[in-house]
Amino acid sequence: MKAVLSSADISRAITRISHEIIEKNRGSEDIVLLGIPTRGIHLAERIGSEIGVIVGQSIPVGTLDITLHRDDLRSKPPRALTPTKIPSGGIDGKRIVLVDDVLYSGRTIRAALDALGEIGRPALVQLAVLVDRGHRELPIRADYVGKNLPTSHEEIVKVSIHEVDGEDQVQIAGSHE
Amino acid sequence: MTQRIESSGYLLSSVLSPEQELIDIRISNGVIAEIASAGSLTPGASVTIESAGMQLLPGLVDLHTHLREPGREDAETIRTGSAAAALGGFTAVHAMANTDPVADTAGVVEQVVRLGREAGYCDVYAVGAVTQGLEGLALAELGAMAHSMAQVRVFSDDGKCVSDSLVMRRALEYVKQFDGVIAQHAQDPRLTEMAQMNEGIISAKLGLTGWPAVAEEAIIARDVLLAEHVGARLHICHVSTSGSVEIIRWAKARGINVTAEVTPHHLLLTDSLAETYNPIYKVNPPLRTNEDVLALRTALADGTIDIVATDHAPHPRESKECEWSEAANGMLGLENALSVIQESMIENGLSNWKTIAERMSYAPARIGRVDASSGHGQIIKVGVPANVILIDTKIRRKVSEMKSASKSSNNPYIDRTLPGQVLYTFLRGEMIVANGELVRPL
Amino acid sequence: MSDVVTPVLKRHLLSIDDLTREQAILILDTADELARISDAPIKKLPTLRGRTVVNLFYEDSTRTRISFEAAAKRLSADVINFSAKGSSVSKGESLKDTALTLQAMGADAVILRHSASGAAHRLAEWTKGSVINAGDGTHEHPTQALLDAFTIRKHLNKNPEQNGGVGADLTGVNVAIVGDILHSRVARSNVLLLSRLGAKVTLVAPPTLLPVGVSDWPVSISYDFNNAIGECDVVMMLRLQLERMKSAFFPSAREYSRLFGLDMERLAKGKKSPLILHPGPINRGLEISAECADSADSLILEQVTNGVSIRMAVLYLLLGGADA
Ligand SMILES: [Zn+2]
Repeated sequence: MKAVLSSADISRAITRISHEIIEKNRGSEDIVLLGIPTRGIHLAERIGSEIGVIVGQSIPVGTLDITLHRDDLRSKPPRALTPTKIPSGGIDGKRIVLVDDVLYSGRTIRAALDALGEIGRPALVQLAVLVDRGHRELPIRADYVGKNLPTSHEEIVKVSIHEVDGEDQVQIAGSHE
Repeated sequence: MTQRIESSGYLLSSVLSPEQELIDIRISNGVIAEIASAGSLTPGASVTIESAGMQLLPGLVDLHTHLREPGREDAETIRTGSAAAALGGFTAVHAMANTDPVADTAGVVEQVVRLGREAGYCDVYAVGAVTQGLEGLALAELGAMAHSMAQVRVFSDDGKCVSDSLVMRRALEYVKQFDGVIAQHAQDPRLTEMAQMNEGIISAKLGLTGWPAVAEEAIIARDVLLAEHVGARLHICHVSTSGSVEIIRWAKARGINVTAEVTPHHLLLTDSLAETYNPIYKVNPPLRTNEDVLALRTALADGTIDIVATDHAPHPRESKECEWSEAANGMLGLENALSVIQESMIENGLSNWKTIAERMSYAPARIGRVDASSGHGQIIKVGVPANVILIDTKIRRKVSEMKSASKSSNNPYIDRTLPGQVLYTFLRGEMIVANGELVRPL
Repeated sequence: MSDVVTPVLKRHLLSIDDLTREQAILILDTADELARISDAPIKKLPTLRGRTVVNLFYEDSTRTRISFEAAAKRLSADVINFSAKGSSVSKGESLKDTALTLQAMGADAVILRHSASGAAHRLAEWTKGSVINAGDGTHEHPTQALLDAFTIRKHLNKNPEQNGGVGADLTGVNVAIVGDILHSRVARSNVLLLSRLGAKVTLVAPPTLLPVGVSDWPVSISYDFNNAIGECDVVMMLRLQLERMKSAFFPSAREYSRLFGLDMERLAKGKKSPLILHPGPINRGLEISAECADSADSLILEQVTNGVSIRMAVLYLLLGGADA
């Protein structure tokens, strides 16, 4: 296991992403952050509060469970559903920023876009991830990336988030470990 | 009865008598020719059976077997059923009357006996129906059956109860003239409408209609009082509850001429097996509770229950491969009866082989008034017809569906490991079963 | 990404006995989440695309069949309705043969309604797919009990901060189940489930309509509805089959109704204004008066709605993962 992002690196990445979101959207108006379980939820909350501090008013943050839209359901036993929490303003006409920890094949985001389609019709959808490790299998890209991390298929990227894992860091492990 | 006499005879060396003495025994010309202490007989011209340490018992007599012929030859025939009997150590079986046509005339009972003789695996005695068509209304021609070539002495509507008190009274009285006995299937019909299994904790959970113990006990109580009143002989089929045992114990103490049977399955299996919903465990009377099983074992050990009878009830596969409530009642019993008895009565020290010889040979032959010339149910001594069996009591074997002479496979013991196996069956000196196989295959 | 692997359910749902407390709560929680999603205007989820679900109904029960069908379709499963009445099955084809046929058709799940207790257990022995018991004789009806528990939990946790009771069981809830317990599969499943979830269950019935073995159940028994209703949070009325009268279970419909029916007067004796449940269809004026059935405390229509969510949850949890 090799640490590739420290706790401080992660904080910096979140701050940077928060600024980029405001920049790219020319403010925070109509922005809704939706975290993808499990770790994306907490990253979305952190980004949400950073943006809140920067613009001086809180912005809506919710969660989007994608389980029912996954295309790999049959590879594992059934997974428990995590509640989808849509902020009270809904998503119609909003600028949605999906937040996840790792962008890899893109299938999770594909499922998230489908799940979003069940709920409403946003003005636009953007994507923020802490780590982009490459190897896309779908035409999907992130708008905001904490760190681009070239990896091989065999390697494992392990994201730890304080709220879930007790500490903040990103590690990479070779397949032989 | 046909006798194929082996002129050279057989020497059974170092076998355990029912009384647990090690003896040599020579079978010759259809009878027990010699008995001596172990090692003292020389083979001479006899074929020596490798039998050291095996248990010798008199040939077993089953008072309650369903051979299904005539009418349901798809389930069993007299030939296959009597072969199964021989494999289980029986040299005589009584074929129940609930065939199609019902054995309620001299013609049918004679046919049953004749088919048994032709098969030649064991002696088949016919049970006559008590009432015409088993309908419980009018007496069948009991006298005609008694005086026929079949010489019927046991009468039963088994499968159904003679529930009408007056008909039962008349039947008990009438068969006195030829020393017959009424074998009652004790089941109050109204209390058991649609009944599927023992009524109790398990039936409540499974949502299956209950067959309450009282439906059996109430009939037994009535019938022992009727038997007392008219001074007749009464036999109770397949006693299944501890309450029934108490009533029979009371009746015997009072001097009432009642005998009773218990099946092997009621001595081993309980109603919790219904939780599988597999109708292989559906039987009438139903499997009861563990408390009942223990009471039945005690009663068989102390003689309150006189005999073991199999209630061997073959059914075609489709009658059991279905929903529980659609399935037929009954289970196979002949081939594994003795193993179940060893498991439930001998291994735990409740009883011994001498008592089992009484319960499975002497007493059933007595109750059925089997004629002495047949040799059934007689103490093994020089000069009596050689109806004997040898059991390897040390063996433990997994019961398999494949090794059966029965046409049916509704065997509740399949995949269960049971002790003991009948290896040899001799019917009046003829070796019917050798090494656990039929000498004359089906 | 969500990687929460659940306490895996058994392959079949034949009896509430197949479920631990945790698994039961998982089903309720999953149903809760699915109910939220189903409220959205687009009601179809791709989750079970490519799965085949067979409704095998040997008894007429339009409401249960439709409920399962709606649940399966909302999850994009292919649904085959195999109404056994009037088809080859009623013409003597055995349950086993039907099972083998369904397997050859590639059924991933068979939802079975049958008049024989234990039919679902038998079917499960003969088929590779999951079997869901949709009512077998007088044995069980597990999804009905689950939807009843779900309905109760939701209503007793109505405040927003209680979140519909997600994650919670039914500890401390007093439920009276009233009527023909002896012949009721709904009662059997509910007794097992509600007690497993911590509720206190009282059975209210004439002694003739209680099974002899009821002493072994985790319930109290009452012959006096007026008394039993006092402390109830929930009253679950069972449907009375009128043909029971012929078998001398009770003297007359009028007497039954007077002693064991629910009307406004009796309802008023409840100190906690109990919620009213009924699995339907209702015999108005027999086990429950029209006023009670339509009263504000009656959740009878909501039970129907919740039935779809519960059945979606069961289908998802049985079929939504890898083949076992
Ligand atoms: Zn019988």
